[in-house]
Amino acid sequence: MIDRRALVRGALRALPFAVAVRSLGAQEGGASPDTLQADLLRDPSLLGRLRDPASEYDNDPVVVSIERRLRCTCGCTLDIYTCRTTDFSCTFSPALHREVIAMVKGGQTPEDVVAALVAREGPAMLMAPPARGFNLAGYLVPGLVMASGALGLAAWLSRRRMAVAADSPGTGAVTSPPLPAPDAEQMERLRRALEDVES
Amino acid sequence: MTLLGDFALWAAMLIGLWTAAMAFFVPWQSRPALATSITRGAHAACLALLVAAVALWRGLFTHDFNIEYVAAYTARNLPDYYLVTAFWAGQKGSLLFWAVVLSIFGALAQLLTPSRHRDLLPYVAGVTSVVLAFFVGVMLFGDGANPFERLPFTPPDGRGLNPQLQNPGMIAHPPTLYLGYISITIPFAFAIAALLARRLDTGWIIAMRKWALASWLFLSIGITIGMWWAYIELGWGGVWAWDPVENASLHPWLTLTAFLHSVMIQEKRGMLKRWNVGLVIGTFLLSIFGTFITRSGVIASVHSFTQSDVGYFFLAFLFVTAIASFTLLYTRWPALAPEAKLESMLSREGAFLYNNLALVGIAFSVLWGTLFPILSEAVHGTKISVGPAFFNRVNVPLGLFLLLLTGVGPLIAWRKASPANLRRQFIAPTLGGLVTLATMLGFGMRAFYPLVSLTLTGFVTVTVIQEFTRGVRARMRLHAENALLALVHLVGRNRRRYGGYVVHIGIVLYFIAFTGMAFRTEQTVELAPLESATIESPYGHTYTLTHLGVSQYAALNRHVSAATLDVARDGVRIGSIKSEKRQHVDSFGNPTFEPSTEVGIRSDLREDLYVVFGGTPDGTERAQYKIVVNPLVSWFWIGGVVLVIGGLLTMWPGGPQIRAARRIMPQAGYAVPLASVSE
Repeated sequence: MIDRRALVRGALRALPFAVAVRSLGAQEGGASPDTLQADLLRDPSLLGRLRDPASEYDNDPVVVSIERRLRCTCGCTLDIYTCRTTDFSCTFSPALHREVIAMVKGGQTPEDVVAALVAREGPAMLMAPPARGFNLAGYLVPGLVMASGALGLAAWLSRRRMAVAADSPGTGAVTSPPLPAPDAEQMERLRRALEDVES
Repeated sequence: MTLLGDFALWAAMLIGLWTAAMAFFVPWQSRPALATSITRGAHAACLALLVAAVALWRGLFTHDFNIEYVAAYTARNLPDYYLVTAFWAGQKGSLLFWAVVLSIFGALAQLLTPSRHRDLLPYVAGVTSVVLAFFVGVMLFGDGANPFERLPFTPPDGRGLNPQLQNPGMIAHPPTLYLGYISITIPFAFAIAALLARRLDTGWIIAMRKWALASWLFLSIGITIGMWWAYIELGWGGVWAWDPVENASLHPWLTLTAFLHSVMIQEKRGMLKRWNVGLVIGTFLLSIFGTFITRSGVIASVHSFTQSDVGYFFLAFLFVTAIASFTLLYTRWPALAPEAKLESMLSREGAFLYNNLALVGIAFSVLWGTLFPILSEAVHGTKISVGPAFFNRVNVPLGLFLLLLTGVGPLIAWRKASPANLRRQFIAPTLGGLVTLATMLGFGMRAFYPLVSLTLTGFVTVTVIQEFTRGVRARMRLHAENALLALVHLVGRNRRRYGGYVVHIGIVLYFIAFTGMAFRTEQTVELAPLESATIESPYGHTYTLTHLGVSQYAALNRHVSAATLDVARDGVRIGSIKSEKRQHVDSFGNPTFEPSTEVGIRSDLREDLYVVFGGTPDGTERAQYKIVVNPLVSWFWIGGVVLVIGGLLTMWPGGPQIRAARRIMPQAGYAVPLASVSE
């Protein structure tokens, strides 16, 4: 039995070799000849429940894309993929993950998998509800309100501009009270400032 | 002490009610002593609530587990600094925290407001007292909301603080966010006071402007620290999940940002008075709405307090306040007529209007998405939530439009921009944007939104640089100053303007960081000791992570299982990274919560390598990890610092006084006979 400290020391000693092996093409996530036998932890219960063994489907793009479309049923508001890779105490998302894998292995398309789970759990399971019925309002109302706001703003501005034009016929200038005339020093400063800006 | 705390709550509520009654129903205008008495009511309520706060903190520090709140949120082995933060960790304590801070702000508003706005202060005290009495009333009458509630027995130890709250981020995030929410009450109080007193010039705006800036700054800091906490603590590798409680903090921030821009139009041109009052009222209502969302449990959120009927107190308060405020606004509608007219859509005022449209539009769309579960349940009986995909689809284009306006606004002249002005102002920023675009295309970036985002960040950055450069050069010529002195004087004499530009740079950095998130890569792996996994970075690097093993040890109030990975980038070792599982225990060694996860992060300006130790499949050192490469995340935190610097610069006291309260400004500048200039 190797204790923990000995294991870490051994690991550090073996590191250069491990790096060399990796650079020769060690497999991603796969076992390599220089790995150590995984020792039992002193108290595995401190890590919470044991995880399902990893499978090649854990990072499968099809499985991940399906899981990202579906909400975990534990009530966390996260999608299945995020929940199972974030909340390690959740028992719902790993179970749903197993189901998704089983259905994908069984040859079902992503749409079939999503439809099957939604049929069982209800439409609330979808991260993005289908754009039909009242859900359509969910997608359209913000855009409609923004468009209405923009149109309202344009109409208001247009009315204002007409009012300005009506105030000052002929010139289009705004009626303003008489303005103070600048003194010589201010004129000189203005001239230099204008030169600077123009340059 | 609980008796004293209870007594202090009752005293605060009664003082608040008395102050409000005097302010609103007694003619104090002709009785200076009564007006003084009303303003002193704000101080008295503050004193009473400080006593209540001391009583609760004493219970927390003396481990008085007979107090239900102390037993629920602390334990004997909880570090002392978390005994301080436990004050706001739960529903009851956070309500008291809210009331205490509001009372302090209410008292400070009375002390710090210049005497020329004295006639508004009794009304301000009245409004803050109503809000204060409401919060204290919730504690006294809400089901299980009194922080001084006692248990029928005294447990030997408390349950302890939720492990996710035992994090430096949670020391600062809730109080700063609360400070933002709470301080919104002061601008709201000044708006209502101005309406009641019929003092509808720009005086009330000048009196409350720094409060509005402070609210905005606190909200910004609170939101940013919340993003940091979510990133380093929750383990999903992101900063923003469009969770209802997260959204609730964004609503008032958006409308307050809109107000801080549109108020400039009112100060400069006497326009948008109704809109500005409406924005302040709306911002306050949104802060109460956020409290309702957080405390009612009506919408599922990972951040909510325990579901209770307290939320419905807030819903009722929300409706009553909305009806009263908007009715008051309606009765003063004619007195809020604009003093000037908009002359051109192509003007600074026009840009601010579009900016307001975008900000309020985003606030509405976020609110709509947040409330959609309630609406859908009302319509077809099922709570349908819209996820991040909805929020991103709606808000990303609006956010980019807003970023464009951030660059366009400073470039356009007030009143009406001439073609020559536009040409002169836009050439450099447009070139800046195009150069950024070409650079990104050269690096092979093809995704539409990231390209647009980075192009606009280039545009806005050059806009800000141009504004600073022109100002410095003008000062160097006019005052014969060197560049550094000119910069210092330029910023010092125009703190709002140039502080605002610094804030814009902070916002640009946020956009850069958000753009980076679009390129994140992640995978889950299971590794035996000395086994390696590789992950590609979006920059083309290959990270190789070698699992070194899992060590278990006891620390403070927890047992730690630490998994360590050795990290190499492109074959070169760059260090190690450690992620932990923590099982918290009470002082008798009994587990108190489910094991929590501490992520491991290696961060640089380009990207973060983010590792989460998920656990073991067989009780051995065989470990499962989630590995994420997150580009540009550091720029969130740098952007946050820049934004705070800009905000502080804007708020810094002193500098030229704005006398807009007492004058009408029909036109900026002098009437200049141009012929004489060219002579």
